[in-house]
Amino acid sequence: MRAHARFLYVALALVASVWVLFPIYLIVMSAFAHEETIFAWPKSFWPREISFETLSFFFQVQGVWNATVNSILVAVMTMVFSIALGAPAGYALARFRFFGKDVFRVAILMTRAFPIAILALPLTVRFIQIGIYDTPFAVALVHTALALPFAILVSSSLFIGIPRELEEAAWTMGCTRVEAFRKVVLPLALPGMAATMIFAFVISWNEVFAASVLTLQERTLTAYLLVSMVEAPLHFRFAGGFFLIVPALIFIFAVRKYLFSMWGIASR
Amino acid sequence: MNDATSTVPVRSRRTGIITERTLPYVLLLPSVLFLLVLFGWPLAEAFIVALSNESGEWTLDNFREMADDLNFADAFRNTVLLVVIVVPLQLALALGLAMLLNQLRRGRDIYLYIWTIPLGISDLAAGIVWLAIMAERGYLNTILNGLGIIDGPALWLSYETPVVLFFAVVVAEIWRATAIVLVILVAGMQLIPREYNEAAEMFGANAWQRFIKITLPVLKPSLQTALILRTILAFEVFAVVIALGGRNLPVLVGEAFYWQFEYQDTGVASAYATLILVISVLATIFYLRVLRVREETLT
Repeated sequence: MRAHARFLYVALALVASVWVLFPIYLIVMSAFAHEETIFAWPKSFWPREISFETLSFFFQVQGVWNATVNSILVAVMTMVFSIALGAPAGYALARFRFFGKDVFRVAILMTRAFPIAILALPLTVRFIQIGIYDTPFAVALVHTALALPFAILVSSSLFIGIPRELEEAAWTMGCTRVEAFRKVVLPLALPGMAATMIFAFVISWNEVFAASVLTLQERTLTAYLLVSMVEAPLHFRFAGGFFLIVPALIFIFAVRKYLFSMWGIASR
Repeated sequence: MNDATSTVPVRSRRTGIITERTLPYVLLLPSVLFLLVLFGWPLAEAFIVALSNESGEWTLDNFREMADDLNFADAFRNTVLLVVIVVPLQLALALGLAMLLNQLRRGRDIYLYIWTIPLGISDLAAGIVWLAIMAERGYLNTILNGLGIIDGPALWLSYETPVVLFFAVVVAEIWRATAIVLVILVAGMQLIPREYNEAAEMFGANAWQRFIKITLPVLKPSLQTALILRTILAFEVFAVVIALGGRNLPVLVGEAFYWQFEYQDTGVASAYATLILVISVLATIFYLRVLRVREETLT
């Protein structure tokens, strides 16, 4: 009876894993197939050959390379902005008791209830007026608005996890607050901060709506793919889907250690 | 603040306006300013744009135009149906997986890593993945053909097969976004003290009773968070739908996108966005009321 149950559990876990992995396997196979294979019928579930034809075709299409560069630019800016703004706020939340702290915390949590559409639409008009419409910088600003609340909450929990006594010891040894932060707190917080930045990168890399309405020529990859969704040939779309997923796989792997502490905290 | 901290100078040479009392505000200021300009202000402006016409008068014209649009009723119905079907399924599935994880002896970390991979996959990419499966000459049709259910390639994602298209979106959404619910629930389960279950077992509670009497009550705050977050995001469903069926299955955010992008009518697009916001807030209030978390259960 016990052994049967255990077998059942393992079987269920395997089924769930196949459910997640098999579709990814299929898109990888599609991205590394010849054009004829994409339109072949019936489909083979085993790769017949590995071909870079589809992927090289993808990057030769006018605008794809530019869109990829823009996506990376926007994601890197989002990453830098959200940690540069979020880490100090997180430190303040973690180390100080001050008037208005609870209001700030609740306001940060509330930002989650707002759909991105409601931010992006009025901003298109403003961005046109001040002349930054259709630039990676403008998209990065909106993406930072998405990633910043998350960065604040996570970095605050990171700083709470670093004992205050360590910092105080540095003060008594003659360090100023800034020195103590740089020499004691920062090294300890660095891995978690790196994970937070990676999350900000992924949030930006994956965002579709704001990127699509805020750009015309300087499209990000998601915006480019979305607009070309209807008329582009199938193998182009598959290559695009594959290329969107790759960084996600790498990044989730890199931050897997922090996944639960992050979401456990950010979701409270 | 205790006395020891208040004597620490912020900078070695000049202290100026940055004192222990003002430091937290100085640290918060950049992010507060940023969020006011790029969150608070656009939010207020979206309402103004949605509720006024080009000459700046207050009017409900944008909402009237939205409601009179041919796609509006369909978009509204499809979006609500998607939320009502997808979110409970995701919750049940994630709860099942989280419980399953507790029963596994080996490989927990690997399973967890695999199951959370979709966290990093965008809705657009998920739509494309399922397009590869559901396309006319795709993998699903190959299987159905092999089983003798269909004869040759069949079209599933056109406007003539709205029901299949709808369920393709449901499947893609469950595939992509169950992971976030799972992560929140697993994080919540880590808070359940082992002694609770051990004690219950000593008193003869079976697995089902332990689940109902211990796991669910302790998990309630996490369930609430997961439901709120997932429901809000589900109302924003958009890129999956476009990737799978173009405009064959209208949804609210999709319509907002087309009004902005194709018709260049920010007013009606903002009306759609405002509607989505109102529904999201109502759903959040609903969950907060129904799943009221008492303070004592948190400790």
